[in-house]
Amino acid sequence: MNGRFTWFNTTSLTVGFVFLYLPILLLVLFSFNESRLVTVWAGFSTKWYVELFKDKAFLDAALVTFRVALLSATVATILGTLAAVVMVRAGRFKGRTLFSGMIYAPLVMPEVITGLSLLLLFVAMGVSRGFWTITLAHITFSMCYAAVVVSSRLVTFDTSLEEAATDLGCTPFQAFLKVTLPIMAPAIISAWLLSFTLSLDDLVIASFTSGPGATTLPMKIYSQVRLGVTPKINALSTILIGIVTIGVLVASYLTRRSEARRKVDELLAES
Amino acid sequence: MDRKFGRFLLIGLPYFWLLVLFLVPFGIVFKISLSDVAIAIPPYTPTFDLSAGWEGLKSLISGLDFENYIWLTEDDIYWKSYLSSLRIAGISTILTLLVGYPLAYSMAKAPSEWRPTLLMLIILPFWTSFLIRVYAWIGILKTEGLLNQLLMFVGVVDEPLQILNTDTAVYIGIVYSYLPFMVLPLYSALEKLDGSLLEAAQDLGCTSIEAFWKVTFPLSMPGVIAGSFLVFIPAIGEFVIPDLLGGSDTKMIGKTLWAEFFSNRDWPVASAVAVLLLLLLIIPIVLFQNQQERAQEAEK
Repeated sequence: MNGRFTWFNTTSLTVGFVFLYLPILLLVLFSFNESRLVTVWAGFSTKWYVELFKDKAFLDAALVTFRVALLSATVATILGTLAAVVMVRAGRFKGRTLFSGMIYAPLVMPEVITGLSLLLLFVAMGVSRGFWTITLAHITFSMCYAAVVVSSRLVTFDTSLEEAATDLGCTPFQAFLKVTLPIMAPAIISAWLLSFTLSLDDLVIASFTSGPGATTLPMKIYSQVRLGVTPKINALSTILIGIVTIGVLVASYLTRRSEARRKVDELLAES
Repeated sequence: MDRKFGRFLLIGLPYFWLLVLFLVPFGIVFKISLSDVAIAIPPYTPTFDLSAGWEGLKSLISGLDFENYIWLTEDDIYWKSYLSSLRIAGISTILTLLVGYPLAYSMAKAPSEWRPTLLMLIILPFWTSFLIRVYAWIGILKTEGLLNQLLMFVGVVDEPLQILNTDTAVYIGIVYSYLPFMVLPLYSALEKLDGSLLEAAQDLGCTSIEAFWKVTFPLSMPGVIAGSFLVFIPAIGEFVIPDLLGGSDTKMIGKTLWAEFFSNRDWPVASAVAVLLLLLLIIPIVLFQNQQERAQEAEK
């Protein structure tokens, strides 16, 4: 059934999207405000961006955050993909229920509990806290999201393609590398992107697991926000929102293009 | 032999990772929740001394007790935090449903060439930082903030309203942050709806509003339930929203745990709060999983 825009639909879509986007737009607008106040408009200025880039503490935090996010997203995607293969393909093995429980539980676990429990582990093991402990913590919760994303695609994967490859002389491992992995690539890329943004975004778990010397951007933003609202935070937020928006748009463009190409290939194969 | 080893490695690697970094930490939380607070590093006693072997384990066990849990039942701040978390999460879930339903309904009814774009617009805010989205509301809800400026300009109120640092601000924050979690399952339930059922209802004499309540709404129930759980469960343990938008009298358990840990530095009590929060969450999580399984069975 093809729908249409009635007045009710148009109104509720407009109200809904204004509610979702207006706060973000206002945040971006006031990052260009001349005044120190973030609620009274006093003319256009980019001085808060200049101040932001002069602030070494923010740049350091940004560097730590990106390093943690890059490393944790990469390891989490590898472990998550392995976990997805185990859940979908490995069949029965001892402790399977526990395994899938451990994959799904972190998704609904309150961050304060995950953070506290990991911190207590690191203390009990006597490791010094900082960059590496944050990274380990982020890998642990991101890999579960990655596993869910990859396994939802792996379930619909046609295994006869792999069988064809092994019939043609591939070892199962080669078949996996040459056939399965390329087809799974879009799901693996979106798992990586999700893990990356989750790590970039996390305040609570990083606060618990970090030590002196390792401050991430969300921790820095949080401590500033607690002191009061400043246009510098608006400027920083605008930059982060810009990066994420461009990233998501590019990713969705790429997946749409590869979907389109796949459909063309399928049509050619059938004809 | 080689394949067997490969399979062992494939299963073992993620399994071992999750055991060490997810399951074992919970054991430690439980153990420390039975310990006593101490002025030491780490700040609790007893600690487990591996070199003491069996004797060490015995002295560890004899040092554990349920004191912290008794303390939690005696001091009513914890009870109030748990109850108020449930209340705030419950009210926010209903509000999110009220905001999300018309939105999801209109998306599902929009021309089909529009739907991918609308869906994208719902998901996009979910990718931008949670902290930044909560922060954006501070400037709007402040006493001298944009909402109060607007209300006074229009003439609805003469004096600025106190919205920031109240429970109302927390509701707004939760509805705003969790709206995509509500809209997506609702949308997928409503999009599948067979339009001919509505036509049949109208042929049989229903007005379109009656048809909505008798046909559309009951058929969208799986989406309503899934969306409500996806908002309710994380909202209970929420920390950032009550901390930044709520007031000093907004008690939520995530905030209490944070304060117990970072301000009071009482690790054993913080651990006991975490164990009880986990027990509180198990009920809705199990209910949610059962409902999801039933929904999957129904699809087959």
